[in-house]
Amino acid sequence: MNADVTQNPATPARNLLARIGTGHLVLAALLLAYPLVSSDFFLTQIGGYSLIFGMLALSLSLLAGYGGMVSLAQISFAGVAGYTVAIFGENNSNILGFGWPWWLVMPLALFFAATSSALIGWVSVRTEGIYTIMITLAVATAAFYFVRQNYTLFNGFPGYTGLRAPIVFGVNFRDPVPFYYMCLVAATLSYAAVLYAARSTFGLTLQAIRDNPRRMRAIGFDVTAHKVVAWFYAGLIAGLAGVLLVWFNGRISPGTINVAAAINVLIIAVIGGLKHPIGPFVGAVMVVLMQTFAIDIVGAERFNTLIGVFFLAIVFFSPDGILGLWGQLRQRLAQEDLRSRQ
Amino acid sequence: MRIHRRTLLALALATGLTAPAMAVAQAEDIKIGVLATFEGAFTVLGEDGERGALTALDEVGGMAAGNKIVVVRGSSDASPDSAIRAARKLVEQDGVKILVGPLSGDEGIAVKDYAKTQPGVTFINGSSAAQDTTLRDPAENFFRFSTDGAQWMAGLGTYAYNEKGYKNVAVVAEDYSFPYTQVFGFMAEFCKAGGKVPSKSWVPIGNKDYSSVIAAIPDDVDAVYVALGGADAVNFLTQFQQSGGEAPLIGGSITVDQTVLTSKGRLRDVLIGTPAAGPTADTNDTPEWNAFVEAYKKQEGAFPSPSLFAHAYYIGMKAALLALEETGGKLDDDGANFRKVLSSLSFETPTGKVSLDKNRNAIADIYLTEVTEGPDGNLLNKLIKVVPQVNQTLGIDEAEFLALGAVSRENPSCP
Repeated sequence: MNADVTQNPATPARNLLARIGTGHLVLAALLLAYPLVSSDFFLTQIGGYSLIFGMLALSLSLLAGYGGMVSLAQISFAGVAGYTVAIFGENNSNILGFGWPWWLVMPLALFFAATSSALIGWVSVRTEGIYTIMITLAVATAAFYFVRQNYTLFNGFPGYTGLRAPIVFGVNFRDPVPFYYMCLVAATLSYAAVLYAARSTFGLTLQAIRDNPRRMRAIGFDVTAHKVVAWFYAGLIAGLAGVLLVWFNGRISPGTINVAAAINVLIIAVIGGLKHPIGPFVGAVMVVLMQTFAIDIVGAERFNTLIGVFFLAIVFFSPDGILGLWGQLRQRLAQEDLRSRQ
Repeated sequence: MRIHRRTLLALALATGLTAPAMAVAQAEDIKIGVLATFEGAFTVLGEDGERGALTALDEVGGMAAGNKIVVVRGSSDASPDSAIRAARKLVEQDGVKILVGPLSGDEGIAVKDYAKTQPGVTFINGSSAAQDTTLRDPAENFFRFSTDGAQWMAGLGTYAYNEKGYKNVAVVAEDYSFPYTQVFGFMAEFCKAGGKVPSKSWVPIGNKDYSSVIAAIPDDVDAVYVALGGADAVNFLTQFQQSGGEAPLIGGSITVDQTVLTSKGRLRDVLIGTPAAGPTADTNDTPEWNAFVEAYKKQEGAFPSPSLFAHAYYIGMKAALLALEETGGKLDDDGANFRKVLSSLSFETPTGKVSLDKNRNAIADIYLTEVTEGPDGNLLNKLIKVVPQVNQTLGIDEAEFLALGAVSRENPSCP
């Protein structure tokens, strides 16, 4: 059913550049030029890592922003993809590791992530609001404890090590610059897909369902099916992020997908703002910078307090996250502008 | 409006471009990274580790060969991922050439793997004590002056069998590489002496409810060997006492450590008389140890007696400082000379002489202890016996020792 609803309604042929928009072009140029000015650390540990967590938060904001379903289990779907890479690809933990090539493992990982997401979605669309959060939190917690205690499939606490990013045409994708561009391409694809889907018939239907499911059902739309498809797409994005995350870390263990990580994703989405798909990425950059450097500002004992206070302040001053702050600022500037013209 | 937007954009651009440049470190002082668990279930242990490292630094007035030492801290939560992230930040962003840490078993194995990708940086272990951090597939630039968890058990198995008369012992331990190593060390001696271990329970880190574990302990065992750390040990011991557990205990090195003995509650009834072994003993009364305790107590928030984490980080930091002193603080050859000096370093610590084997793992004295009540009501580890100069293969021939296989949930076994 999704094949026909995702069709873009015929738009008048416009200049492609104009459709993309100046803001996006400037942003793209900046991101493409970023490796020229940054150290390897800022390229991967800040840049790549922010893009990966931005994608995870994007998959949450796709569900929450357009579908009204807040999920805490996105990190678990990333974990499904990550463990798939470890089990079917190569690892050096001497457990499983079928050694399949990356071009086979990666689609498989995405498929597993998306399918498990759709399955969990199918269960949780019967709930609403806080209950969706509870049920997905339960899923995330259960997934964490399961992989930590299962040794035959997931190798328990230590997890899998020695997971390598592919080397294609002599380019090692774990080297800082190729890795950054790989993350950038993946993030751009996910971002563009969400932007596109939001304006498609499917996206509009989903938003209508978010606003009034009963009315949509009365008109004759299959509410559950639309929601489950949204979960499937969100799972795809989370899975892509999960694959990049294990290539980035070179390893995966239960610590990668614990409850703290699940909540981290939610925090990133909320800090950035759920109103626009750029929000998660803005939030990810802020959160990653904070988590990396807070320990240098206040020392080892209280750095988590500083991070907490910062998040509290953002949510307090702008319930819409950093995007909301930007909106407020723009409004004020516009007013000032009008005043100065008088 | 357009003007404002452009100004803002330019501002954003400018800050974005300069921020990475500003953050690039430029220092003439020697930076040493200290990686410990400042968050999660092992926070108390990590903070005491840091105290140990700072004690070593204070001894030399924060200077080595005329260079000021700057400590940069990195925090993990005992998971290997977080340890790697913190280590990467210290090495790749802060530019430390010497890193002391990490604290926990699997973190050590992960950091060892990372060390292989950073040949110009010297990694000196904190207190992580998994066997395979140095025994199998070691990294050239990873040094452990603090001995491993199997070494820490030296003398305990024989003591439990011969002196205490325990023939059947059940094992309760956390489910990761460090407790595997500890159980291995204990059972190697205990099974050799003739003892049997009919049941082993592996519990996840951070477990809160031990009722099913306690119920699964067979009735006919003479004692229970417990290798749990921090909050887990306190939770287990409390519940064991409440459920009327009567079997005497045998302690892993961190189970009856100061981080557990100083906790509040009715633990003392079950704990007094518990034999254990480890790299330190609270009632050690050599002048070197007493001087160390005095120096340690000057640190903020110190325990009555340094925990083994403080001790391990102290030894690691001390080794780094001694080697720096000898090389004149020079690390310009990517630390090659520094590491050469480290490899052949042999020095007197508060707990006797420490030197390294060919895998850069320590050979050191191990202390057999028993929990007693101190003069002011504190619980202390009373020194029973010193096992001198224990090496990583526990005195067994290396080939024979390697043939015993890697430590795991199943290995060793003597039901």
